[in-house]
Amino acid sequence: MNHLSNLTFYVTLFFALYFEVFMLINFWEKRLAIKTEETKMARLFPSVTVIVPVFNEEKTVTKTVFSLLKLDYPKDKLKIIIVDDGSTDETRHIIARFRNHKRVEIIRKPNGGKYTALNAGLARTKTDLVGCLDADSFVPSDTLKKIVPYFENEKIMAVTPAIKIHQPDRFIRHVQSNEYNLGIFMKKCFGIINAITVTPGPFSIFRKEVFDKLGLFREAYNTEDLEIAMRMQKNFYRITNAHTAVVYTVGPGTLRKLYRQRVRWIYGFLANTIDYRSVLFRRKHGHLGLFILPAALVSVMLFFISAGMILWNVFTAIQKKAIEIQSVGLQWHWLRFHFDWFFLNTDSKTFLSLVLFSATVSLILYGKKISEKKTGFSFHTLYFPFVYSVFSILWLSKALYALAFSKKTGWR
Amino acid sequence: MLHVLCSMIKMWKNYVYAFCITVAIFATAFYLGNYFGDKKINELRATESQIALDILSSETEFALLGELSCPEAQNSLLSQELNSLGEKLDYSEEKFGTDNSDVIALKKQYSLLEIKDYLLIKKLKDCPRSPVTILYFYADNCPNCEREGYVLTYLREHYPELRVYSFDFNLELSALQTLASIYGITAEKLPVLVIKRTPQSGFKTVEEVKALLPELRTTTPTKTD
Repeated sequence: MNHLSNLTFYVTLFFALYFEVFMLINFWEKRLAIKTEETKMARLFPSVTVIVPVFNEEKTVTKTVFSLLKLDYPKDKLKIIIVDDGSTDETRHIIARFRNHKRVEIIRKPNGGKYTALNAGLARTKTDLVGCLDADSFVPSDTLKKIVPYFENEKIMAVTPAIKIHQPDRFIRHVQSNEYNLGIFMKKCFGIINAITVTPGPFSIFRKEVFDKLGLFREAYNTEDLEIAMRMQKNFYRITNAHTAVVYTVGPGTLRKLYRQRVRWIYGFLANTIDYRSVLFRRKHGHLGLFILPAALVSVMLFFISAGMILWNVFTAIQKKAIEIQSVGLQWHWLRFHFDWFFLNTDSKTFLSLVLFSATVSLILYGKKISEKKTGFSFHTLYFPFVYSVFSILWLSKALYALAFSKKTGWR
Repeated sequence: MLHVLCSMIKMWKNYVYAFCITVAIFATAFYLGNYFGDKKINELRATESQIALDILSSETEFALLGELSCPEAQNSLLSQELNSLGEKLDYSEEKFGTDNSDVIALKKQYSLLEIKDYLLIKKLKDCPRSPVTILYFYADNCPNCEREGYVLTYLREHYPELRVYSFDFNLELSALQTLASIYGITAEKLPVLVIKRTPQSGFKTVEEVKALLPELRTTTPTKTD
């Protein structure tokens, strides 16, 4: 069991380090091109529609719409469609205040789920570009101007932004804030190697023709933003990332809500990957099919095995302590503690963990740097990798359980 | 043709680079792990030769003074060193594995030092404040040895006058086998405590051991809790 535990540890660590190193190499290789991207100014202003799907979001919708109205973009080129997906709270009256804005259109429809709201908006869209902004998110005024230049390349069909947590106020949001900063770096790298697997609800912008040619949004296990990206990848539509185009989202405020969101995401990712398995291991799908998607699946698996091993180790440690208590009662050994370097853990696993930890922390700081153009260090980053792994066990198990379970019911 | 080759290289080269870098990181980590591992083993070796020297010196002292004398020092420091060496060996066994040849060699040497120390202490048995000794035979696979180990650690922490000499029964060392055969110890009897030359087979609680060693109660425990 000890050998097995060691092997799992080394394999997991090798895999995680390899992934991070691979991303860093790709980023480093394109560093000059990335610098040029950052200085690029918008010259053309294509017409844009932003769809805001709302369902019972009375508290946040005003801020979301106002942030869109304040976007620094030619007034005649930007249209906003608010789709009220049958809200049952005050949302309906709150969004009524935008009725007289020339650039705002309000659609009310019976509740049918987010993808139906988006499709209702798409049906009214006549612009070159179309995007979506969830009602729990909002944009700084320069965001759209930073996205639009990417569409000067005719091959680019969609652009994803850099999503950040707005003023994290509590533990659970600090954790997410670090996660999102890490995500910013990763998404940029995925963009570089053309392997983006999700065009997130907050402010991903598409060419309208994507929907004309590939069809509308689908239910897709409540992750329509994942499905459309996969569908685009399958059809060789290019998606890239605008790392300086910041979008703020609030993020779930309790572990319970975060847990639900993540179970939905992971379940959606796994289920959609199964649906689009034809992309896997195909050379024509490049890094996405050969590495990123398989790696994601392998990492879920490795994560589980490692988590199992860690639990087993914790279990044996507890068992040992129980035997001790059973033999001589509860003892506090720290009373006779004295420092001796001999008992410092100096094996290779310690060094590898340190490398992985520092690599992860630097990627988080890097993500923060490329999106904000400023560096800063918060102590929340230090505990993030540990807290996040523990949390991940929760939602990964539930998502896998749900996946296995729904499969079973499907077969009947 | 060349074009295909170029695009192949372009596609795969970063995978190869990443692989090389990751392997290099692993190699460095293994190197560091080994380096510090060797350092620790060397530290243990140095401690053992120091203790061997001390024991030889004490033996010589006894030989010079004759067996009638009771020296003041009673080499209490030496015993402490043996204790801490034992702890470090336990830790090393856990870290480097019980089948590590260095660890086995160190353990053999340690067992020999223990036997020698025990023989030395036996000569002091008629002196006032002579230490109380327990010989403890254990094995890795014996069911109650772990519990007995905790009992002995507890006793050693509470009664500094107590000296526990622990021996891994499975260690291939003739001196150790001889010591075990003197007390008729076999693998099935483990754990065995030899208290006052009488082997006690099977798990013994703290109270049971104390009952066998009434002189322990008279010494004051270091800790009151």
